[in-house]
Amino acid sequence: MTQAPDLTISGTATIDGATLFAPLTLTLASGAWTCLLGGSGVGKTTVLRLIAGLETGAAFQGQITASDGKPVADRVAYMAQDDLLLPWATVAQNVSLGARLRGEKVDLDRRDRLIERMRLQDHMAKKPAELSGGQRQRVALARTLMEDRPFVLLDEPFSALDARTRADMQDLAAEALQGRTVLLVTHDPAEAARLGQSISVMTQQGLTHCAPPKAPAPRHVDDLETLETQGALLRLLREGVA
Amino acid sequence: MKYLSALAATVFALALWQGIVWVTGLPKFILPGPGVVAETWWQNRWLIAEHTWITAIEVIIGLACGTLLGVITALQLANSRAARVLVQPMLVFTQALPVFALAPLLTLWLGYGLWSKVAMAVLIIYFPITSSFFDGLMRTPPGYLDLARTMQASKRSVLWHIRIPAALPSLASGLRLAAVYAPIGAVIGEWVGSSKGLGYLMLLANGRAKTDLMFAAMLTLGVFSILLHMVIRRATARMAGETR
Repeated sequence: MTQAPDLTISGTATIDGATLFAPLTLTLASGAWTCLLGGSGVGKTTVLRLIAGLETGAAFQGQITASDGKPVADRVAYMAQDDLLLPWATVAQNVSLGARLRGEKVDLDRRDRLIERMRLQDHMAKKPAELSGGQRQRVALARTLMEDRPFVLLDEPFSALDARTRADMQDLAAEALQGRTVLLVTHDPAEAARLGQSISVMTQQGLTHCAPPKAPAPRHVDDLETLETQGALLRLLREGVA
Repeated sequence: MKYLSALAATVFALALWQGIVWVTGLPKFILPGPGVVAETWWQNRWLIAEHTWITAIEVIIGLACGTLLGVITALQLANSRAARVLVQPMLVFTQALPVFALAPLLTLWLGYGLWSKVAMAVLIIYFPITSSFFDGLMRTPPGYLDLARTMQASKRSVLWHIRIPAALPSLASGLRLAAVYAPIGAVIGEWVGSSKGLGYLMLLANGRAKTDLMFAAMLTLGVFSILLHMVIRRATARMAGETR
């Protein structure tokens, strides 16, 4: 894949005249993971949804641009906390949902390779209800990869998983999404510290940039600098609320 | 276990019925006991079968037409805001009219035969089918729609691949309601004007003080309705997501 472009969102959002977030500028560096960390209600999901071109209920004034000048919203892949697997469709059908929705021919080889890569080859014909939470999120990741988009938007995709599965998924996602421009919205400082190649903390006052640990992502869960960053991020979060 | 409890409930109901007959000592033409009714039923089994057949046909055609109409209406309503504004109030209004009051009109327009009864059955099930399927179509989990949007899905393919499958369980519950209502519709139609069908047979028997025959026809209708409901329930189990 050619190098994915940069993406910049700058502007402000209001809901019924009340400010949701003050003027901010967030740049997602090309081919890197940017973590947007924040508490509930600060508008971090709104930022992600604006980039994805989804309904937000907020009025946005500003612009969203890619460094190659082409439109953004039709080049994103989206993954949410809810895996959004269709319960009536099999794993294989869910993974190829995008092509089916667009009426395109499904690239079966590619689909099967991705399913294998997510270690789901024994579950191809199963329905989502037969899978564990971690397996379901792996199907969602395979579906996201199947879209093969330069921009990948992750809205707390791992927050409903147990600690061990979450760490596994973080490793898997970091590996699988290499080379893409990724925005990860999360409320978990540990996740931001492990995965972020750029970390921004969003509070009512605006964005605060925080230097990521030096080790390459995904960092070890017990890496000292990562743990320190995690603490620093949590402190920033708490100060922001006060 | 399920069958055993159904059997126990049936035996209990029959015993209660017989008990009331014994205790009150009511004459046969007011309240016949289960034994008398069973005997009458057996003696008139061909007559009852013939009329049941007619009612069954009305109900099945009514169910098929009503479902088709309801599904089409729900899809139109879900697809177009204009249709919702124009048609929805009308739908609610037709539901506010007592179906009984419409029956003579339908007989006037469609005659004494099959079609006025089919129309009654359609009228009575059209609303539950339409409104349950429509509700299902409008209640697609928003996350699916977001996902589809980021995948550049057309409106039509979202409807086909996401909204309709997501609404099938709602349609299934509408169909199950319809299975209970459709026989009522057909029988109302028969009461108002007909020369065939279980509703007609009940009226005829009642008018000639053949209360036992009336009971036999009524119970046959009840059993038919229950069987129909069971069949529809089984047929819609997959749709409702009860089996894999």
